[in-house]
Amino acid sequence: MGGLGTVSVVANPFVPVPTPETQPYWDGIADRRLRITRCVDCADAFFPPGPFCPHCSSQNIEWFEASGDATLYSYVIHQRPLKNWDTEGPRSVAIVELAEGPRLVSSVVGCDQTPEALRLDMALKATFVPFDETTVLCFEPAEGAKR
Amino acid sequence: MRPGDFAIVGAAESDEIGTVPDTTSMGLLLNAAGNALEDAGLTAADIDGITTGYFEVSDVSRQLGIFPKWADNTVVGGCSWMFQLRNAIAALNAGYCETVLITYGESGKSTRRLGQSGGGGKGSMGQQFDMLYAAAAPPALFGLPIVRYMREYGLTEEQLASGPVAQREWATMNPRATLQEPTTIQEVLDSPMIAWPLRRAMCCLVSDAGGAIIVTSADRAKDFPKPPVYVLGSGGGLEAGIMSPAGVREPLRPEFIRTSGEAAFSAAGISHDDVDHLMIYDAFAHNPIFGLEGLGFVDYGDAASFISEGNTRPGGRLPMNTNGGGMSYAHTGAYGMLCMLESVRQVRGEAAAQVDDIDVAVCHGWGGFWSACSTLVFAPERPS
Repeated sequence: MGGLGTVSVVANPFVPVPTPETQPYWDGIADRRLRITRCVDCADAFFPPGPFCPHCSSQNIEWFEASGDATLYSYVIHQRPLKNWDTEGPRSVAIVELAEGPRLVSSVVGCDQTPEALRLDMALKATFVPFDETTVLCFEPAEGAKR
Repeated sequence: MRPGDFAIVGAAESDEIGTVPDTTSMGLLLNAAGNALEDAGLTAADIDGITTGYFEVSDVSRQLGIFPKWADNTVVGGCSWMFQLRNAIAALNAGYCETVLITYGESGKSTRRLGQSGGGGKGSMGQQFDMLYAAAAPPALFGLPIVRYMREYGLTEEQLASGPVAQREWATMNPRATLQEPTTIQEVLDSPMIAWPLRRAMCCLVSDAGGAIIVTSADRAKDFPKPPVYVLGSGGGLEAGIMSPAGVREPLRPEFIRTSGEAAFSAAGISHDDVDHLMIYDAFAHNPIFGLEGLGFVDYGDAASFISEGNTRPGGRLPMNTNGGGMSYAHTGAYGMLCMLESVRQVRGEAAAQVDDIDVAVCHGWGGFWSACSTLVFAPERPS
């Protein structure tokens, strides 16, 4: 408990706080694997991951490792990203479409952060990037992806 | 319920908007609520229903000395107060209460929302999966569909800049607008880059303001000092998570906009040609484009040219965002109340940049980064 004479450390509010329902996703990210949920009944993958299928209302879901293959749906180039990344300067904020179907917000790294380099529908591959004291999901151009 | 069975009989902003230092969101709310009561010639004792957002509703009612028998605390982002008006009408229609006060205040600029609650808390969907990538910056999340739209429909950065220019023309006539100097497309394109392709002049202001609206039955509405603003119809819809724009199913043709607009137009019994005045919540320059298309005023892909050809500027055939909008008038963070209040002023005939002969006015607002929207249809006369 904080009190007089103690130093209080304010946690970075942007460091994701997992919940019991999303913990397997974050355990996967820490292990550099993209684990998300799909419905056992209708077979649809969905994001954010969770215990309830938003397509058919089933609660019969399972975790699986997604391929990490994706395409770039749309994006902006944010001029003032957070300072907790391992690179500086403008940074893409993107809607990425996973090969398994779901779209999610992420960032495309490993290429110039310019309209010329960030081509819509370009093939992407999941990559795992330090953010503050944790690791988060980003994507990089598939042709330059480290195997 | 028929179109016009309920009406707005009191409406006001806080005394000051823009930069109001040393006043919290609650202070702005209380000031606006008091002004709306005065506008309607009422006191707290006359109110038996209350709504608010980003505060506990009981903290608001107790400070106003209102002891309501109906309350609503719906929070869906910036258009929460539009949803609350719709909910209030349903409650009035059900007989749960007789006179509802809808309250809003937000110190978006000065005291930074001290004492407010809001979305994006630890462990929320947006906090885990969205906010860190964008530094929680609204332009970097809300702006996400634009580049796709540019490729699909050929939208240019010049066209994107034409909306802020048209709205500034309205703001030049409005002494309460934060930005009143005329601007040009070149000036907009020369303003600093925020999140490509959005530049600063394509983004809303950051302001302090409060607002409040009082609604009751049309049968009582003629007994108030100000002309009633009848509510002909309303609509609403939810789509993505509050901070999670990737959840919009068809980003270039969002279904929730169509759902909301069709519900409102159908309930009101109006068509697009009937609309004399339009408000579309402009947090960013692309929002009115998506709104004009989603509501069906133009076909998908045609809204940017509709704006750049001058249809929404003063003298145009569909006056839009006539207070100057969020980009020139004021934008607190949750602009829906201010958006509705301009509709009310226009329908009453007391706006700063008054549009002539308004028979039907439409107001459309957003919540989150396309997590919600609401559409309202207002009129100065009750349909017979």
